[in-house]
Amino acid sequence: MSYRANKNVIRQGLSDNLLKIICYISIGLFALICLFPFALMITSSFMVEKEIITEGYKLFPKRFTVSAYKFLLSNPQKLVNAYKITIFNTIVGTIAGLFLMSMAGYVLNRKDFKYRNFFAFFIYFTTLFSGGLIPSYILMVKYLGLKDNILAMILPNIISAWYIFLMRNFMKSIPDSLYESATIDGAGVFRIYWQIVLPLSIPALATIGLFLALGFWNEWYNAMLYIESPSKFPLQYFLQKTINQTNVQILINQGVMIDISELPNQSIKMATAVVATGPIIFLYPFIQRYFIKGLTIGAIKG
Amino acid sequence: MVRTASPNKLIEICYEIKKNKGLFLMLLPTIVYFIIFHYIPMPGAYVAFVDYNVNKGIFGSKFVGLKNFQFLVQNGDLWRITRNTLLYNFVFLVLGNIVQIAFAIMLSEIGSKWFKKVTQSIILLPHFISMVIVGVFAYNLFNYDYGFANMVLTSLGLERYEFYSDPYIWKYIIVFFKIWSSTGYNMIVYLSAITSINPEIYESAYIDGASSWKRIRYITLPMLKPTFVLLFLFGLGGMLRGSFDLFYNLIGNNSVLFPQTDIIDTYVFRSLVGTFNFSMGAAVGFYQSVFGFILVVIVNAIVKKIEPEYSLF
Repeated sequence: MSYRANKNVIRQGLSDNLLKIICYISIGLFALICLFPFALMITSSFMVEKEIITEGYKLFPKRFTVSAYKFLLSNPQKLVNAYKITIFNTIVGTIAGLFLMSMAGYVLNRKDFKYRNFFAFFIYFTTLFSGGLIPSYILMVKYLGLKDNILAMILPNIISAWYIFLMRNFMKSIPDSLYESATIDGAGVFRIYWQIVLPLSIPALATIGLFLALGFWNEWYNAMLYIESPSKFPLQYFLQKTINQTNVQILINQGVMIDISELPNQSIKMATAVVATGPIIFLYPFIQRYFIKGLTIGAIKG
Repeated sequence: MVRTASPNKLIEICYEIKKNKGLFLMLLPTIVYFIIFHYIPMPGAYVAFVDYNVNKGIFGSKFVGLKNFQFLVQNGDLWRITRNTLLYNFVFLVLGNIVQIAFAIMLSEIGSKWFKKVTQSIILLPHFISMVIVGVFAYNLFNYDYGFANMVLTSLGLERYEFYSDPYIWKYIIVFFKIWSSTGYNMIVYLSAITSINPEIYESAYIDGASSWKRIRYITLPMLKPTFVLLFLFGLGGMLRGSFDLFYNLIGNNSVLFPQTDIIDTYVFRSLVGTFNFSMGAAVGFYQSVFGFILVVIVNAIVKKIEPEYSLF
């Protein structure tokens, strides 16, 4: 090897290493920035109220206490109720949504269904043009009578045009010959869907189910628009209300006597946020794999 | 071929329904859903042209033509919220794509699999939480009495700062949280585009003595161009649609901050719950839908020219 080539390789190595160091540092820093608010929220929830009031929320408090969590545990009814509503919405919405959208995807993928392109466009057009918030609101409240009804939090998000197309695109990989031979064996269209197509679509069902469940878990928008009675508040909306009030009275059951001025209001707010995000953070390491997979299958092309 | 007359067509459709009864039945709930929740509200946009009266309903209220729109143009609201929506979305789009591409490239340059996996997961984490939690973070950081930012300021011997009464600073806070929460998602899209590049191209470039910088400049970036162009164009198509959940959870009903932070979606929302001026809100919503639609059609025509297989319709 000539001297010049050698020098070239060394130079190449130096600049490559410099780039690697820059990459490690910037990615590490950005990851820390992403984590920072979570960490601050968690440590704040363990802070002593007096320290918050005199010195503010801190990443490294002088003293730790679990009094905020003790309070939440001793007055759990409302929080538990919000949890119940959210779990109900998530389970019902996800299962119903998966069932309806996988059926629609299956039908739109059947080559012997003559009007599949017409119906695909019928569904697709709704992503391009909408009547807007106000007409939808009037429809929901005045004509469907869904004000303060739990269904108002489920129905608007149950079916999405994008997920139907994602489902259909996934099902395209199932060979037509499978349908044909099943039909010859005497299976009806629904039986083929239920016994052949669904089991083969489990990866797509898992990914879309995850997207749906996440949406229902994080839902607060429709609750804000349509839900009035506190007993029907979902978790996120309940949290939003708790944060926006000066004290945490909303957490306490009616009739229970508690001196509000003595409560660790500020740390309780953060503890409520921790409890509301908890399950997602715990499940995150297990579910993100499916999420990334789904993202790379269905990315860009709808 | 002779065109079939309409009665024949009807018979044909009936025959088709009879033949594929099962398939029609399976699609029916979805079609009914889209009719109720998406198609029926469309003519409801007519409320933008009336002086809405709750008791008389949409079609019973007095028709006022373009008066609602005229009012919105004259008082400057329409211009203000359109400007804000477009500017915010443009910054989100440009800055967002730069950050996403930068981190996707940096992640692909890293050797340690472990480090790559962990940081990638952490950067995607904010995508999984609701914007309500982001609102909690903002409260946690910028609250006047207890906020972390003010704690840092006072410990440096500076005065406390009233973040919640300064509209200008929220422009940066909103952009920060948008980038913070959305980087992970598209970063993975870009990363998968990078991993699909043929490794032989990199190897031959390495043998020819190209440094990492040069490989990024002359191989990775050009290879990412199609992905970037598509994401950017579709982003442009959605320029009039705002991130309501981000803006609402950060700003809420703090009217002091509105001059710099009010977008179309928050304005429509307030007309619904705050001022109860349904017709005015619907007028803005209609304006957003129509121009949003035109924008998507234009963008799609451009995409069709550049990359026909990626066009939407």
